[in-house]
Amino acid sequence: MSEMACDKHKETFVLNMGPQHPATHGVLRVKLVMDGEYIVEAEPVLGYIHRMHEKMGENRTWAQFMPNMGRLDYLGALSYNHGYAAAVERAAGIAVPERAEYIRVMTVELNRISSHLLWMGAYLLDLGGFTPLLYAFDDREKILDMLERVTGSRLTYCYFRFGGLYNDVDDQFLAEAKGFVARLRSRLPMYHTLVTKNVILMQRLKGIGVIDADMCRRYGVTGPVARGSGLNYDVRKNEPYSVYPQFDFDVPVYTEGDSMARYMVRMDEIEQSLRIVEQAIDGLPDGPVMAEKVPKIVKPPKGDYYHAVEAARGSFGVRLVSNGTNTPYRMKLRSPTYSNLSLLAEVAKGVTVADAVAFMGSLDLVIPEIDR
Amino acid sequence: MGGYFKEIFDGVHSLVTGMGVTLKYLFQPVVTEQYPYVAPTMPDRFRGHIELVGDEETGATKCIVCGMCQKACPSGCITVAGEKVEGVKGKVLTKYDLDFTKCSLCGICVESCKPGAITFSKEYNLAGLRKEAYIYDLKKRLEERKR
Amino acid sequence: MNPEIIRVVGYVVAVIAFVALNAAMLVWMERKVAGHIQRRIGPKEVGPFGILQSFADGIKLMTKQLIVPEGADVLLFKVAPMLVMIPAIMCFVTIPFSEQLAARNINVGLLLIFAIASVNVFALLLGGWASNNKYAVISAARAVSQNVAYEIPMLITAITVVMFTGTMNLQEIVLGQAGGFWNWNIFPVGKNIGMVVVMPISFLIFFICSMAETNRAPFDLGEAESELVAGFHTEYAGMGFGLFFLGEYANVFIGCSLSVILFLGGWQGPFGLLPGVHWFLLKVYFLIFVVMWMRWTFPRTTFYGLLNLSWKILIPISLFNLVLTGAFIKVF
Repeated sequence: MSEMACDKHKETFVLNMGPQHPATHGVLRVKLVMDGEYIVEAEPVLGYIHRMHEKMGENRTWAQFMPNMGRLDYLGALSYNHGYAAAVERAAGIAVPERAEYIRVMTVELNRISSHLLWMGAYLLDLGGFTPLLYAFDDREKILDMLERVTGSRLTYCYFRFGGLYNDVDDQFLAEAKGFVARLRSRLPMYHTLVTKNVILMQRLKGIGVIDADMCRRYGVTGPVARGSGLNYDVRKNEPYSVYPQFDFDVPVYTEGDSMARYMVRMDEIEQSLRIVEQAIDGLPDGPVMAEKVPKIVKPPKGDYYHAVEAARGSFGVRLVSNGTNTPYRMKLRSPTYSNLSLLAEVAKGVTVADAVAFMGSLDLVIPEIDR
Repeated sequence: MGGYFKEIFDGVHSLVTGMGVTLKYLFQPVVTEQYPYVAPTMPDRFRGHIELVGDEETGATKCIVCGMCQKACPSGCITVAGEKVEGVKGKVLTKYDLDFTKCSLCGICVESCKPGAITFSKEYNLAGLRKEAYIYDLKKRLEERKR
Repeated sequence: MNPEIIRVVGYVVAVIAFVALNAAMLVWMERKVAGHIQRRIGPKEVGPFGILQSFADGIKLMTKQLIVPEGADVLLFKVAPMLVMIPAIMCFVTIPFSEQLAARNINVGLLLIFAIASVNVFALLLGGWASNNKYAVISAARAVSQNVAYEIPMLITAITVVMFTGTMNLQEIVLGQAGGFWNWNIFPVGKNIGMVVVMPISFLIFFICSMAETNRAPFDLGEAESELVAGFHTEYAGMGFGLFFLGEYANVFIGCSLSVILFLGGWQGPFGLLPGVHWFLLKVYFLIFVVMWMRWTFPRTTFYGLLNLSWKILIPISLFNLVLTGAFIKVF
């Protein structure tokens, strides 16, 4: 921490927000130098839930690392499954059957919706509104139930395999998913009446934590945060993977760069994800869900591979270095919120605690993913 | 001046419509599951801790002690041992321990099992006071179920 | 023994019992309202419909140790929770529940309540400061400036009522609203047609201010658990926290009963029928329900948003109201 903290003559004091604080959603610690209610300096301190996932990857086989992907971003675990599976498939040259890709996209988008719903609720909780959280959980519960039936777990999914899926979906899942799309479509106006249009919420979010596009580029910010600052970057569109090019969906972009813009991006993304899910259900092809020629022990040829996917919080990239054995030589996981969090130090300067909380919440932080 | 009053009016209007939403839900039935009174049923694919499958007729284990599950487990929580017995082809299972403290319920062991000797249990009420309570002797559990 | 002393002691005991019991019931009610708004059940295990939940909580709080944090000002730290409770109980003395049911009929009852209720904020400041906790200090500073900002519009609107009714005696204010709902101060069609414009706005301002005064959501900046952990009572455990909690509900009750007395006709029935304590309690509990309903609907405001609301909207409008009241009393 800087001299500011130690200077007795300046009337500042150090406030520890976290590692146990209701607004940090996990074990993030933010050291704040405060001048009264105003923040002079903010410094995020990481490492409280560091589990060495990257090192673990170097010590187990390619397939054995799969369960770890559910433990990074536990709210959008399927995107991470997808990112890792796709990276290894690219490395080993495994082609995935189309039905499997469709189901991957469908479940990933459902997972994205559940993640955004939870974010919306938790964000409102940060802002002091309790009820939207429970309403969002009501909807999210439906997604969890559906995914539980298919994948066998509710949160830390381990559903994708190299070359396809662990299990096929059944008709009941498709019917439920269809029903859910209709249900959430009818519920979204309620969220907008209760939350989005609320004058208190607008007053708390508009003009708070403004990030411009240039700053996003400097920090490598991706996902809804970048799209809220006018950067039209979505991995699904810019570096298309899987079967995303076959779907018709928009990338919501807002140029204001404030917390409200980020909020609106996520709310609009829910609608777009619903569109994708709907199209995926309608166009789901028949066929196997597992590629035929997947070697029992995957050994990607020597080389350096990278694959990025659009997770709920931004671009998640897996960089694999293979030396041709059954364990990775190096596994680098690029997690979006790590970059997004680094904005905090710059943006939080000179704002009040309440606004810093409103800004931090709008970044949608998931701490285990930052620390890995 | 007009903008001032419009702002106030819009603000009040948004607050009142918001209250309308919560009032509507106040009179709607609750949606929470009353857990200890109404226990949920686990779906077929629910991944609980693993369990040995008994043969439908004899109730004996299908395990052939190939050790694939032990090798496949990312966390090393399965210990399998077997021995040769006169007159029986292959090995006979003598020990199948699951260290549930390390298990992450990924299910790779079940997938790797060729004879289908292990499956997921549907147990979710797992609470205990001591670490030792989570070292499951699956062979013993199978024999107990057989009785 | 002097019967007057017995009467006073009897009243004090009754008031304290009422405050405690009422707060317990309000906590239960809050949790039920919150639960059903959020489509949950709320407390249901202790007693029928969980009605005894607050008593169970109370027993738990009382059995807990009162931890005094290191570096705290021990005396002030222990005095602060009592300072929350004492003014709350004292305010009850002047509140007329019905024509006969009032501890003391004082001719400046309204003034007395405002005077005593202001002590409440002093307790929050002391509690926050004495805890030797940075979050608590920030919260205490917030609570004080919030109370100062909201006392002004509240008093101005109270003045409009006093001008209109011509008395500060709460009993007389209610008696002046007898007859039917057209005589109530919120919509006094029967008394002064001009005031029909002023009074509903005055009521809204008064109600909002009384919510801000009691640190209720959406103005709960002092507690603001997602920013300041628990605000001024972060360091309080056991019954120290319990008293802050009880005090909050007692203050909510006082705020709502003042609104009822000043604007909604106190114990008078809507059609002049059967005036009595039941009408008073019905109205007060309805207002308390509204307070809870708002808490579980809205997010929290920010500090500057709160001050903006007070200085840019509530104070100008209440001043304008005051001028209008003067004019209407003269004209009609």
